[in-house]
Amino acid sequence: MAHISVTVDGTVYDDDVEPRLLLVHYLRDRLGLTGTPIGCDTGNCGACTVDLDGESVKSCSVLAVQADGCAVTTVQGLTGDGEWHPLQKAFHEQHALQCGYCTPGMIMAARDLLRENPDPTPEEVRHALEGNLCRCTGYQNIVRAVLAAAAEMRRRTIHEPGAVRQPAGAAGTAAGTAGGRGPRR
Amino acid sequence: MTEQLAARETREVGRPRTRKEDARLVTGRTTWTDNITAPGLLHMAILRSPMAHARIEHIDVGPAGERPGVIAAFSGRDLADELGSLPCAWPVTADMVHPDHPPLAVDEVRYAGDPVAVVVARDRYAAADALEAVEVDYEPLPPVLDLEAALAEDSPLVHSDAGTNRCYTWPLTEGDYEGAMARADVVLRRRYTQQRLIPNAMEPRAVVVTPPSTGSAGSAADEYTVYSATQVPHILRIMLSQVTRVPEQKIRVIAPDVGGGFGSKLQVYGEEALALVLARRLGRPVKWTESRSEGYQATHHGRGQIQDIEIAATKEGKLLGLKVDLLADMGAYLMLVTPGVPLLGAFMYPGIYKMDAYAFRCTGVFTTRTPTDAYRGAGRPEATFAIERTMDELAAELGLDPVELRRRNWIGREEFPYTTIAGLTYDSGDYDAATDRALALFGYDDLRAEQRQRNAMGDRVRLGIGMSTYTEMCGLAPSRLLGELRYAAGGWEAASVRMLPTGTVEVVTGTSPHGQGHVTCWSQIAADVLGVPFEDVEVVHGDTRTAPQGMDTYGSRSLVVGGIAVHQAARRVVAKARKIAAHLLEADEDDLQFAQGTFSVKGSPEARRTIQEVAFAAFASHDLPEGMEPTINAECVLDPENFSFPHGTHLCAVEVDTETGRARIRSYVCVDDVGKVVNPMIVEGQVHGGIAQGIAQALYEEAVYDADGNLISGTMADYLVPSAADLPDFVTDRTETPATTNPLGVKGVGEAGTIASTPAVVNAVVDALRPLGITDVPMPCTPERIWRAVMDAQEAEEGAQ
Amino acid sequence: MIPAAFDYARPTTVDEAVRALAEGGEEAKVLAGGQSLLPMLKLRLAFPELLVDVGRVPELRVIREDGEMLAIGAMVSHHDVIHDPLIRRHAGLLSAATATVADPAVRHRGTIGGSLSHGDPAGDLPSVILALDAELVARGPQGRRTIAARDFFVDYLQTALRPDELLVEVRVPKMADWGFRYEKFNRVAQAWAVVGVAAAVRRDDGHIAEARIGLTNMGTTPLRASACEAALAGADASTEAVAQAADSAAESTRPASDLSASSEYREHLARVLTRRAVLAATDLDVR
Repeated sequence: MAHISVTVDGTVYDDDVEPRLLLVHYLRDRLGLTGTPIGCDTGNCGACTVDLDGESVKSCSVLAVQADGCAVTTVQGLTGDGEWHPLQKAFHEQHALQCGYCTPGMIMAARDLLRENPDPTPEEVRHALEGNLCRCTGYQNIVRAVLAAAAEMRRRTIHEPGAVRQPAGAAGTAAGTAGGRGPRR
Repeated sequence: MTEQLAARETREVGRPRTRKEDARLVTGRTTWTDNITAPGLLHMAILRSPMAHARIEHIDVGPAGERPGVIAAFSGRDLADELGSLPCAWPVTADMVHPDHPPLAVDEVRYAGDPVAVVVARDRYAAADALEAVEVDYEPLPPVLDLEAALAEDSPLVHSDAGTNRCYTWPLTEGDYEGAMARADVVLRRRYTQQRLIPNAMEPRAVVVTPPSTGSAGSAADEYTVYSATQVPHILRIMLSQVTRVPEQKIRVIAPDVGGGFGSKLQVYGEEALALVLARRLGRPVKWTESRSEGYQATHHGRGQIQDIEIAATKEGKLLGLKVDLLADMGAYLMLVTPGVPLLGAFMYPGIYKMDAYAFRCTGVFTTRTPTDAYRGAGRPEATFAIERTMDELAAELGLDPVELRRRNWIGREEFPYTTIAGLTYDSGDYDAATDRALALFGYDDLRAEQRQRNAMGDRVRLGIGMSTYTEMCGLAPSRLLGELRYAAGGWEAASVRMLPTGTVEVVTGTSPHGQGHVTCWSQIAADVLGVPFEDVEVVHGDTRTAPQGMDTYGSRSLVVGGIAVHQAARRVVAKARKIAAHLLEADEDDLQFAQGTFSVKGSPEARRTIQEVAFAAFASHDLPEGMEPTINAECVLDPENFSFPHGTHLCAVEVDTETGRARIRSYVCVDDVGKVVNPMIVEGQVHGGIAQGIAQALYEEAVYDADGNLISGTMADYLVPSAADLPDFVTDRTETPATTNPLGVKGVGEAGTIASTPAVVNAVVDALRPLGITDVPMPCTPERIWRAVMDAQEAEEGAQ
Repeated sequence: MIPAAFDYARPTTVDEAVRALAEGGEEAKVLAGGQSLLPMLKLRLAFPELLVDVGRVPELRVIREDGEMLAIGAMVSHHDVIHDPLIRRHAGLLSAATATVADPAVRHRGTIGGSLSHGDPAGDLPSVILALDAELVARGPQGRRTIAARDFFVDYLQTALRPDELLVEVRVPKMADWGFRYEKFNRVAQAWAVVGVAAAVRRDDGHIAEARIGLTNMGTTPLRASACEAALAGADASTEAVAQAADSAAESTRPASDLSASSEYREHLARVLTRRAVLAATDLDVR
């Protein structure tokens, strides 16, 4: 057993875990944070995408011990004071989900894109989501939603400086949010 | 005036309402089956055969049982007395070979992935570890993989006691095909292969069973609660009762949030039966969740057919007759509707075209591969592909534009209702309108001009233009007809509508959505009929206790059967409410008008009662008409009078790099006619997703087996599900020809995109290469296959010179 | 799918990491970004007894100039290789090829050192490193040694690293005035390369002074297209000359026939992609 301390969606958890425990199983089975689903076993589908210290990762391809000392944000951490993240809103408004199983991963991957590229082209959106598979939507409305959310987030940046850089729920995200991707600790 | 009135009456139907379902899905507050837990929950893991075909010489689960955290381990023989054969509900012929299908193999395994042992442990990690301790000795038997060779006299047998690999032969003949052929100027023969596909619903399958003693949240009753990622909770309940002998009334099945199905969850799986039996044996809740690569072996596959098609026509392009000879890969066992899938196609090969004769025959063949069953479209995409590919070939043969050839043969708008050569009566449609709109959006003439120019230049990157029309029979179907086809169940759907005392509404539906948006659409339908706010309607589904009667969701049936049932039930509520309102207003029923949820007396608009007031009056029941029961709630079990027949025209332009063989979709346009629409946003979403899956069959996906019968496209790294980066934007539009067989005028839409897109894309690929002498590229049209076709054509040309 | 159990060590210095590996012996394995290793563990295709996680060794994340060389720490992520200004300036081919690896989430975790140590000939980076004539620096109980890229890839999933050695640094010659191109041919965006071609070209007015070409997935190791390189040296910087030279791109390769392609098709692709990559690297029109 290894001891880990992980901040997930703003809450600090201390646990003893088997080294082989996957981060996604830690989130789901140990913490009960079942908003992050599992869609494959090879890292291809992206359903389990979460934010780890400011970067999108596939939580089925990270060990819980590797997240020790880190901050994890899941889709469940995006709704700060009950207000939806612009991406959540846009996915709803643009009908960018049907069964919704890929949606948490899509939103987390899109959030990562918009942090690096606040004004992407449709083509850039498609490429940024190349590791997230959806079987229902044909992706078209997902692309629309990401573009709509990007526009909304840019609008907020202009009108409410600072409002977007730390979207609700990213409060728990410690390092790296502002583009600092240097050595981790 | 009438139009205005109609517009008011349908203030919800036709609106692009955003979905009620989304809130929990975008925030992660979901209830996927794998999320469900219960006190004392045990985890089940399954050991599967690593071989396609073998005798189990020896099996010992003992060592697994001794592993840490393991509660029990069982072989197939250990559980044989408790587990019946998994069901097949569609014995398509009286003499169909129908082998036993044990949920855990006992003596013999018949596909790689066939379950041989089960382990139950305290957590999923311990269960996975224990599988490695099960000892099995296999005596290899020869695999059976080739459909034609499997039918030869000397072929090894999948089921040796059956004496044959032929499951059934099913014919359908109308008119005199031989005569048509004799009269024809042109007879064209083609062979197409429908590769096996893996459905890939994003949520892997999962099941949780809680036994009576533990109860589950909200269920202390003396019953088993089965949570399953299923499309068919009602069917599952009946079948689980038959397989396990747990009485039906002691089983409650809940389909919680279900992450897509596409047919793959229209099934009664061995793991569902095993979880129930183990929960009964151990008296504890049992959970099983498949991993993706496990599912690739254990969740049924789709397609898997060889199609020999022959078409007879005059030199003017008039179709005379069509002959289809199918070999359909059943896989190792017959599952819920395995043998029936090709029959759903049997009626669709003539497509939207008129002809004098049709001869169809399908032979089901057992192989040592994962069983096949319904996958989005189920039989109809295969049929549409064959006829639409053949129409392009015939056009090329006759030197006609493919659009023109189709136009000369399709049913004219004035000819509806039209009974096709396959015996279906299409109620309505307008193929000219949809096609003309699609051609305009696509810029067909300009693209053809560009193509001619590039072909003349000998461009390395060729432009191809592909077309597909389609119709499909959806709704599945009038019960009487299903009976004639020997399907075990009916095609009805149930709904009940309850006005609650506070004036809000509960709609209970027998459909079981898993992404389609029924909650939103049924709310729209009920809100319109009842004149209540959309927000005031709650839709209850997917639980055999709260929605006890239903036939579930598949075959694009939910709206055209289940949605219409909701509509009818709501109308019955209004009819009952009218009686009470008339009584309260001391008016004659005939003098009441009902609009926007309010009954009023004609000529004295101040005399009025809202439907909510009537609902409360019914609840209080202090003052009801003589003899009236104190309720305005109503039910409807609707048996459809016909299938529904959506149609459309899809056009695709591809750029084919003849050097690398890569085909890239440049533009995609479709115009679908699904009759009246309840929610255009949801309809568009269904079309998008359908097109994507159809393109995936055309260009990317294939379940590939090696010569030993191992699935080598066995993980998501090898089976290529396309991503956003691999698919284009689609231009979609609609024409609207109302269905005449239901009061809303709606038609099904769930499978339309998948049905039309595959032939449109492949036709485009072949069209690009036709100047090089190429007349076909097998699916999926991979770069290598296209490159090979180009090489072969070059060699043939050089040989000719 | 669930990995079999293993022990876990998380050193914070290279010295500690090397010690941990030595103690673990043959059954120890280095965990870098884990994007290839973890799926293999989950599918139970690998059963290490000890994982030495080098994710918290800061010295492995350094990118620095060292004279004519650029030294890239083994644990620099793909994401950082793509975006780092030094790498982009001096080893643009490496940045460009890395941008084609898998998908953004994988590129956040995956590292250059992990990718190279994995030694997968279908990986995009081995052929690039080979084309760049890079050097790989390993640390083991016996100290530090430098291995030339051409000696590093030994066989399928097998490198010159000894079980007790850790790849610590990748040293790439600065090639600022070279043209470059990575042509990757895959079937879907996130897939492995069916074939990839890494080309770096130094032009001398109307001629090609030197060309280096690395081939992805054309054998059990990444390969150099030596015959083609020789044909290009001193050749006209013309479409025709490049096309002619590219015809020899598949010489002495032994590509596999597998689910994604036959060997024959791979050889064909190698020729086509080499032509296209070299033309692009030479700044000539590809069509």
